[in-house]
Amino acid sequence: MAKQQQNVEVIKDSGENAIFNKETEGLSQGQIVLRRFIRHRAAMISVVVLFTLIIVVYTALDWRIGDEEDPFIIPGWWRYGFEDMPELRYGADCVDGSVGCPTIDAVAFFDGDGVSLGEHPFGQDDIGRDYLALVMRGAQRSLLVMFIIGAIAATLGTVIGSIAGYFRGWVDAILMRLVDFIITVPVIIIGSVIGFHFGNKGAAFLALLLGLFSWTGLSRLVRGEFLTLREREFVDASRVAGASNRRIIFKHILPNAVGVIIVSVTLLMSGAILLETALSYLGFGVTSPDVSLGLLISNYQDAFTTRPWLFWYPGLFIIVIALCINFIGDGLRDAFDPRQRRRLSRKEKANARAMQSRSELA
Amino acid sequence: MFSYVLRRLGALIVILFGSSFLLYNLSAISTDPLEDLRLSDAQNRDYLIQALTRELRLDLPPPLRYFIWLRGVLGVFVGNPNFGLTREQQPVVEAIVDAIPTTIRLVAVATIVAIVLGIALGITSALRQYSRFDYGMTFFAFLLFSLPIFWVAVLLKQYLAIDFNDFLVNAKISPPWIIGLSTVTGFFWATMISGSRKRVLTIFAGAFLANSIFLSFISATEWLSYPRLGPIAIAILGVGIALGVTYLSVGLSDRNAVKSTLCMALIGTILYFPAQTLLDSSRPRVGILLLLIALLISGVAVSFLFSRIDRGPVIRTSIITSVLIWGLILIDQMMQAWRPFVESDDVNYRPVATIGQSTIWLSDVSFWVRVLDFAMHLVLPTLALTLISFAGYVRFSRGTLLDVLNQDYIRTARAKGLTERTVVMRHAFRNTMIPLTTIMVGDVAGIVGGAIITERVFAWQGMGTLFNKAINSFDLNLLMGVILFLSTLAILANLIADLLYSALDPRIRVGAGK
Repeated sequence: MAKQQQNVEVIKDSGENAIFNKETEGLSQGQIVLRRFIRHRAAMISVVVLFTLIIVVYTALDWRIGDEEDPFIIPGWWRYGFEDMPELRYGADCVDGSVGCPTIDAVAFFDGDGVSLGEHPFGQDDIGRDYLALVMRGAQRSLLVMFIIGAIAATLGTVIGSIAGYFRGWVDAILMRLVDFIITVPVIIIGSVIGFHFGNKGAAFLALLLGLFSWTGLSRLVRGEFLTLREREFVDASRVAGASNRRIIFKHILPNAVGVIIVSVTLLMSGAILLETALSYLGFGVTSPDVSLGLLISNYQDAFTTRPWLFWYPGLFIIVIALCINFIGDGLRDAFDPRQRRRLSRKEKANARAMQSRSELA
Repeated sequence: MFSYVLRRLGALIVILFGSSFLLYNLSAISTDPLEDLRLSDAQNRDYLIQALTRELRLDLPPPLRYFIWLRGVLGVFVGNPNFGLTREQQPVVEAIVDAIPTTIRLVAVATIVAIVLGIALGITSALRQYSRFDYGMTFFAFLLFSLPIFWVAVLLKQYLAIDFNDFLVNAKISPPWIIGLSTVTGFFWATMISGSRKRVLTIFAGAFLANSIFLSFISATEWLSYPRLGPIAIAILGVGIALGVTYLSVGLSDRNAVKSTLCMALIGTILYFPAQTLLDSSRPRVGILLLLIALLISGVAVSFLFSRIDRGPVIRTSIITSVLIWGLILIDQMMQAWRPFVESDDVNYRPVATIGQSTIWLSDVSFWVRVLDFAMHLVLPTLALTLISFAGYVRFSRGTLLDVLNQDYIRTARAKGLTERTVVMRHAFRNTMIPLTTIMVGDVAGIVGGAIITERVFAWQGMGTLFNKAINSFDLNLLMGVILFLSTLAILANLIADLLYSALDPRIRVGAGK
């Protein structure tokens, strides 16, 4: 009985294996990873949502290019800019006597009137600025900070980590002590010190400096990866073939470590957007008159009981962005993990069994 | 080993030099403490500028000032440290020592709750891989990852403090709420335990019924307004704890362990009566300690009584049970202080506090009311910190357990016919704990840093507030004191993590050459 059970197990196993093998037949590593990633439903949804969000956010407001006096303007799809001050709605316009209430009307959708945005869908702030424009501007800043930190940290972390891991010895020792220097102080503290002193120089500059301090975790990971990969036969082979160090690092080892790097960078980016909001909340990040999502929440946290929309919308944007990045990171990790196997659907299992029994009959 | 620790401590000092030099100069170069004065139009402006320049040694370049500061700090080695004064002329060390207990209280509870809950849910999630529960937990964890803590804090303040306090004035749970809460509980247990469709439905119905009866009972007896456990509830909960702890630790098939833990539940219930006078006496702290000692001694004695061979696991199980029952009796004592606490003028029917670390008592109140007050002030910040950090533990323990469950020794354990409980709790869980422990230790330093925001949101006076103050008032001495403290903590935590790693996993030998 037990033997029979085992047989069934073996048959089932090899049938499923056949499915996985068939799926990866004749594909390069990159194609396999891409296919796996596309199959990860949550990650794919996140990619779509994030891209839509980025496009919507960056086309919302007018772009002013050129000099201050006579700029060349690319018009955005939204009628207000974040510095415009339209008339503040209050009194009869707002239902419960609040000031600058949102006009977005989702209830109408259920009445059959369709969704109507109205004049100020997300409401207005204290002095009448359109809140949709503010949130869009804030999201632009937050996304910008996120991408800059991600790009700088990814470059620095990868370069320093690979040099340390590849050359070992005193180069490694010096670089890793450097990492220790930076790691000893919590990021939020470094961020606060930097933000307090340089925050007024603009979001991009702030992000640049923050990026200079956030590469340490990644560099450690890359170094570990390089330490194991450099001992492998293919590295020896290319060295014997006369490849230069640079070629070995960039053409042979780095492509093998790219999975770890990509996953860690996505996590770093979702951390970066939260770091920016936290710093802005403490008053050390993006400062007025510029806007960021953290700054908006920080400004209006006391308004939660009376004008909750001032609090909900920026928070919602932060969550959606961070959530998307986290899911994309998760999908990438699964895609790069060679041991990862997706769960077969019921239909595929039946197919596997059918295939197995056919081959046994034959 | 010893030389390894020495070497690491040596490296610690070098690193601290480096990072303090970096941060000192970074902050010194970019700040201008004189800015306010330069812009002011006071009569004695020039004099004030001169005075401040002399006080802060602004005439010297920052690297030189760093070494002056360093000379004071190096006094640590000759027993005469001088970390300087804050701008308010208070010694920096004093300010930090005052702030530490607050931060520890804030961080400790949150960390413990996050670890226990996170590991429990992460392990369940891994054991039910690719189930609805697993997907739900993954989504939940990612959602929590993506939440800014101050955003959560505002929501908690509104719904768990202001609205909940309003609700507590007349603690009646309305039928829609009972049905809603019971449905959620039913779903949670049904997806968590899972199984065949029939079993899931049974569990759902059972959990739904039990929960709605429980909530109706609480509502009808106004338990939330007059909370109390009493001997009967302690006996029932004690038996539950006894069986639960025994099941997880040695399994219910070990009759000796079941007998001794049940006996502990009985002893706990009996000890409840003398404990009342003991805990209400003028020296409640002694009472708490005595009760714990009594329970521990009886726990050990009982397990010696019931077990002949293999006493270790039984003693361990009884001790865990007795500590939990001790906790129950203390909670009951706090509940008894609920009415005086809520009715006092200083609290005035707003028990869940939104800001501050304790009520400033204008009237004279008992020890237990004070304890309860501390607890009620901890609720919101702890919840906020827990929500944020527990997601990490869920993800990490899930991943590690899945890795461990794929190992060969797990297959061996299953193959030799061990029960699933033994395989999971003894073979898999213990190996999962190795990487988890190191993560936990490493996290502590990070959490202290993260508490900066939480302290600000809930207006606590801890390390975070000091840091904020230091940075906003250009107080370099205070700033460097806080940073030095936090970075020492971070490095020490890393060292401890490495040592723990080798202690837990004998395959890893630290400092054993290159």
